[in-house]
Amino acid sequence: MKKSAIHIESISKRYAEVQALNQISLDVEEGELFGLIGPDGAGKTTLIKILVTLFSAEDGKASILGMDTNDSKASIRKIIGYMPGRFSLYPDLSVEENLSFFARAFDTTIEENYSLIQSIYDQLKPFKDRKSGALSGGMKQKLALCCALIHRPKVLILDEPTTGVDAVSRKEFWQMLHEIKSQGITILVSTPYMDEANLCDRIAFLQGGKILSIDTPSKITGQFPWQLFAIKSQKKYALTEWLRAWEKVSYCYAFGEYLHIAFSENAIQMNEIKEYLSAGSISDAEIVNIPPTIEDTFIYLMENGNSR
Amino acid sequence: METVVKVDQLTKKFGSFIATNAISFEVKKGEIFGFLGANGAGKTTAMRMLSGLLTPTSGEASVAGFDVATQAELVKQNIGYMSQKFSLYEDLTIQENIDFYGGIYGLSRQEIKDRSKGIVSKFQLESVIHKLVKTIPLGWKQKLAFALALIHKPKVVFLDEPTGGVDPITRRQFWDLIYEAANDGVTIFITTHYMDEAEYCDRVSIMVDGLIKALGTPSELKTSFQVDSMDAVFQLLARGTANKI
Repeated sequence: MKKSAIHIESISKRYAEVQALNQISLDVEEGELFGLIGPDGAGKTTLIKILVTLFSAEDGKASILGMDTNDSKASIRKIIGYMPGRFSLYPDLSVEENLSFFARAFDTTIEENYSLIQSIYDQLKPFKDRKSGALSGGMKQKLALCCALIHRPKVLILDEPTTGVDAVSRKEFWQMLHEIKSQGITILVSTPYMDEANLCDRIAFLQGGKILSIDTPSKITGQFPWQLFAIKSQKKYALTEWLRAWEKVSYCYAFGEYLHIAFSENAIQMNEIKEYLSAGSISDAEIVNIPPTIEDTFIYLMENGNSR
Repeated sequence: METVVKVDQLTKKFGSFIATNAISFEVKKGEIFGFLGANGAGKTTAMRMLSGLLTPTSGEASVAGFDVATQAELVKQNIGYMSQKFSLYEDLTIQENIDFYGGIYGLSRQEIKDRSKGIVSKFQLESVIHKLVKTIPLGWKQKLAFALALIHKPKVVFLDEPTGGVDPITRRQFWDLIYEAANDGVTIFITTHYMDEAEYCDRVSIMVDGLIKALGTPSELKTSFQVDSMDAVFQLLARGTANKI
């Protein structure tokens, strides 16, 4: 068993009427890239703010590398890098000024830890004299990452770094995270994008302040209990309506051009589906048996989860 | 079929920077048109011109029958707009938001009353109608925001990343609402970062560096780029690679 870098034990937090976090427990191992996956309002930001010592939990406790988030705030802040969800830089300072500000705030220099950020910062160098407020979204995000890393933290915590970022830039960002991980830094990252779960070593599904599941992405998808089929037809609307009307279907959701359906009776045969479709005058359907995706599993757990 | 959005050589320059470079396309009544592109590709500039908020440098566009440069006010009155970030007033109740949007769009008291009734019964908001918007769940807010973008029965509605951050079930329910509106003849102009949602559009355009680099139905685009998903089409166009990590 590896040492845990982040330890969270029965954390709860309430805002007026809203139970933001309800008895959350999880451990992130040293050197792991761990994803907190869930929609807006799931509690991701609240949990992260407790870990970076900006909020206190009402109940339960958390520690980072053995240091308690209530008792050792100052020591924790020195060894973590934190990239908040909102733009966290000084818009009136240049790219280089922002970076050297963060370096000095942590009592270090850009030179001392340059090797850690070099591959990212090289892309920003042509704009080093530009005010950070005038950078494009992707560039701002890269600079924020450099600033969070400049003191070579042991644990990097990122709150929705890819929200609102296009599909290509998101992939580039995850490549950067993997490079950082390879330097031995533990990473906790939150995201509402289900597809990013596959890029993590382990993930926690968060929904409504509760954990639906924690495991490796492949074990998580293994929790989807039924045989899953992807079906497509030119008559998409008719296909959806007809399948939703079938009492044997226990799961039916659109995934791009396909419809994913599953049956709680596991023994269903391809022929039976074909017969049902032709009874509904859908003759062009393409049907394939597929493994469940992360998103299928999240939906399944939202509907059938035993966490509540 | 009636053309609701007609864009011809539409261009916007900021100094020497060409944000939108002579783009041309048409969108028909009731069509779901996906407007995709990487961050910084020029989507927002183009959307702002089409909604009458920004004057084009050159080229022409008409939206809902009005010219975006010379009839910007009429364009604004005849379109709906919704974004994930700002659509509802959090410190007003649901009823107050409905009344406010109805008033802004110049509906009569009776019209507001009737449409308010319709919205409340459709989304089963009876129990929360007098609650502040900030206290209701995100999924409800998003459906309410969509209903309000349609309260004045616009011919076209612009949806700017309407599904960002919502859970996978709500995201799909939201698409049911989009299909329903399109079926009623409303033209849908939508941006998204979810590539599976690109597959739900009737046609998709992909902007790269101010230009429209691809335009067609999802299956046409996949065939012409010889890939099996819109995600792969997007990766190819936006960076010239289809590598997956």
